[in-house]
Amino acid sequence: MSSRERILGRVRRALADVRDDDTPYEQAVRRDYLSEHGERSVEETVELLAENLADYRAIVHRCADEELPDVLGRLLAARGARTVLVPPGLPERWLEAVDATRVPDRAASTPHELDRVDSVVTGCAVAIAETGTIVLDGSPDQGRRRITLVPDHHICVVRVPAQVVSSVPQAMPRLDPARPLTWISGPSATSDIELDRVEGVHGPRTLEVVLVSGDEVAPLA
Amino acid sequence: MSGTFVGMPAFPAAAHEAVRNPTLRGNLRHATHTIRGKREKAVAEVSDWAQLREAGRRIKDHTLRHLDRYLVQLEESVTAAGGTVHWAVDADEANRIVADLVRQTGESEVVKVKSMATQEIGLNEALEAEGIRAYETDLAELIVQLGKDRPSHILVPAIHRNRGEIRDIFAREMGEWGRPAPEGLTDTPAELAEAARLHLREKFLRAKIGVSGANFMVAETGTLVVVESEGNGRMCLTLPETLISVVGIEKIVPTWRDLEVFLQTLPRSSTAERMNPYTSMWTGTTDEDGPQNFHLVLIDNGRTDTLSDEVGRQALRCIRCSACLNVCPVYERAGGHAYGSVYPGPIGAILSPQLRGTASEIDASLPYASSLCGACYEVCPVAIDIPEVLVHLRERVVQGGEVTRGGNKVLLKPAKGHAAERAAMRAARWAFAHPGALRTGQRLASRTRRFHPRTLPGPGKAWSGSRDLPPVPAEPFRDWWQRTRGGKDASE
Amino acid sequence: MRVALFLTCVNDTLYPDTGRAVVNLLTRLGVEVDFPMAQTCCGQAHYNTGYRREAEPLARHFSDVFGEYEAIVTPSGSCGAMVRELYPRMGSRARAEGRGNTLATALASVVPKTYELTEFLVDVLGVTDVGAYYPHRVTYHPTCHGLRGLGLGERPRRLLQAVKGLELVELPGADECCGFGGTFALKNSDVSAAMGADKVRNAESTGAEVLCAADNSCLMHIGGTMTRLRTGMRPVHIAEILASTEEEPAL
Repeated sequence: MSSRERILGRVRRALADVRDDDTPYEQAVRRDYLSEHGERSVEETVELLAENLADYRAIVHRCADEELPDVLGRLLAARGARTVLVPPGLPERWLEAVDATRVPDRAASTPHELDRVDSVVTGCAVAIAETGTIVLDGSPDQGRRRITLVPDHHICVVRVPAQVVSSVPQAMPRLDPARPLTWISGPSATSDIELDRVEGVHGPRTLEVVLVSGDEVAPLA
Repeated sequence: MSGTFVGMPAFPAAAHEAVRNPTLRGNLRHATHTIRGKREKAVAEVSDWAQLREAGRRIKDHTLRHLDRYLVQLEESVTAAGGTVHWAVDADEANRIVADLVRQTGESEVVKVKSMATQEIGLNEALEAEGIRAYETDLAELIVQLGKDRPSHILVPAIHRNRGEIRDIFAREMGEWGRPAPEGLTDTPAELAEAARLHLREKFLRAKIGVSGANFMVAETGTLVVVESEGNGRMCLTLPETLISVVGIEKIVPTWRDLEVFLQTLPRSSTAERMNPYTSMWTGTTDEDGPQNFHLVLIDNGRTDTLSDEVGRQALRCIRCSACLNVCPVYERAGGHAYGSVYPGPIGAILSPQLRGTASEIDASLPYASSLCGACYEVCPVAIDIPEVLVHLRERVVQGGEVTRGGNKVLLKPAKGHAAERAAMRAARWAFAHPGALRTGQRLASRTRRFHPRTLPGPGKAWSGSRDLPPVPAEPFRDWWQRTRGGKDASE
Repeated sequence: MRVALFLTCVNDTLYPDTGRAVVNLLTRLGVEVDFPMAQTCCGQAHYNTGYRREAEPLARHFSDVFGEYEAIVTPSGSCGAMVRELYPRMGSRARAEGRGNTLATALASVVPKTYELTEFLVDVLGVTDVGAYYPHRVTYHPTCHGLRGLGLGERPRRLLQAVKGLELVELPGADECCGFGGTFALKNSDVSAAMGADKVRNAESTGAEVLCAADNSCLMHIGGTMTRLRTGMRPVHIAEILASTEEEPAL
């Protein structure tokens, strides 16, 4: 007998006392929790996102769509970034004012090569206001998972309000589990020393989030 | 009262040392009290906590009730998404599978994400025996590994260490394992984290194999989820060519949507955050993004035995948040090592004796490592009634009975060393069933009260070693009642 | 209203003053109190130590003795929780073991009408000012089974706040277990003692003369630790404070 069969057999024998219980999943799992906490206007939801991102030490900027290239240029210059990773589908216009050398996100790049890049600029799939979370799903404007991991400086552009939801339950249906997903809430951190939170370990130690309003991009399909 | 009331040396003996270690007491007190207050605040932020907790409980219960079906569904989903699923009945088989997978790649080192399952099966030691080096990359795991220490907490395995001790370990040991600690390293947490970053970076960048556990596996989609803070998880899950995830069979949830419950309750319960810094979700493999080879090793290792116990199976709902450890007054004073398992604290006290059985001294003593104060149950985000299971396991220890071990039903004999306690309990039951006898005993105690000491010799020291005995009153209440109120004693 | 006092075996044997206080207090509030002489023990120590089968006859006995009363009042959070929380569980375990419904049925009648003293005062009698007088500085320790088992909440504090002359001071770490835990105090005496010492130090830090609780088992442990640590504080059951009046002050 294979271990698979052995384990499945053990499971079935272990459940002998509840064999008759075939309450369907929908009935067994009651969902009377809230789909969001509190009622907020669209503006207030974006405001909450900004607050919660900042609370976990992300640096938050807000600008209108036409200001975005200048903002990104300024942020990268202020950082002194000489090289910037660029996902393949990042709108060309975003980096118009950027002096840093663009490094394309390529499958052939080694982790060591990525480690020499100063910054990365991406979009995101969705942002969650209540938890101050941005979610990346590997779409063309976000690139491979590792490009937002190895460089020490990540600038993430969130289109508001189109990409913003209030809560985790509202984010789930917007995400495709078949894609690799990375949920990011502030820069990397640890509580491993005396259960005290310290920001900055292995992931990007600086996370800047640019909330762009009045964008031309339609909400996610 | 007899010697056997104190007759279980395992946990009590370890705790005996721990409560006398002022550094350990100070470290644990500081850390657990810090996180307690924060958790309370994080939980109070969500007005529907009780509903989320109940939903979490129900999702897990439903999954466990149909675990065979969901395991098969998970296997199909993971396979369809490009992963390979392996099944391991016990620790040995799981370790063998992982070692074989590593050997097939020709590599001799792996980077690891913090994982309770791989600790439980002793994977690092098993790989070491095969000439494969496993590098722990979670900061606390690194502290434990470098310090040749054992983990003492589920979330923060090095909770028993303070910043000064960590500094010393880093300064002394990092050079042995790779990049040495920077000169003049101080004990500020930020500097210690920086030292870990530099030390581990070279390992991440060259790693070909990552080994992880998972917090959740979604049956309908085949998605695995790792919840973390530092980014070491992301490093191990995305940079290597091969990813091997070792996960307990109870970590399944049926649907994608179920994650919305646990992603709200887990971070708030464990690190007391609205959301942890990083959560990675992957489904099989993705072309040109992340590991191109993905293996999922599903382990039983005592879980199906636990599942067959009607009362005890609720322990399998555990999502390893460690909130129960942080509020436990016994854990705070005894420390994690006293529990003799990678699962310490209240959850460990009900999980270890079920996963491993109650045959060993330590496992038989764990159900008693609690004052049944109920703080653990109160904070548990999946409503595991830990006191209920503790009492149930005490029953198993003293009374024996039918249990499942290694998939087979066996009849457990009552544990040794409880004979006198059992006799005392029976005698007490008899006296309590005969009010007249009880009364005679009470009167005898009252009449001899002048001779009662406030401390006791021998086994009685278990009480009077640290506490005075209360004085025995001149007469029991029932005599006063009868004397003054004319109550009629039914037993006379 | 005619109620039965379930004093508990520990109080009957070691703390008769608490029993007398409950009788005086309830009588003063117009309640007719009976003390069924056949009462013994609820079976909690047996049950919690793993001797459920030994606890069953004690639970049946409890139900036989108290089944006929309108209400059952006990000055013990843990014994109250035993009846209310664990008797139903004993019944359902017996059923799950194929021993039928008889135990569950036998115990069902006493479960809903068993009240811990402060619950009875606040919820059934609807009083918070019981006309007590107790001119002392007091800190209150909510015992675990009262706090988390029965959910006594603010009831004891409200009763204490209404006592004339009493200065109630907050106990730091109040909701932490004192370390008694029944046989835990013996089986894990080191940890138990460490918890007790921390509780006593917290109590001392309040500057109170008296540590009050609604359970003498915990007070036995805390009080024994207090005298051993020579604190000069006294453990006092809440019933004795509530029974104390200007005419008949407690000692």
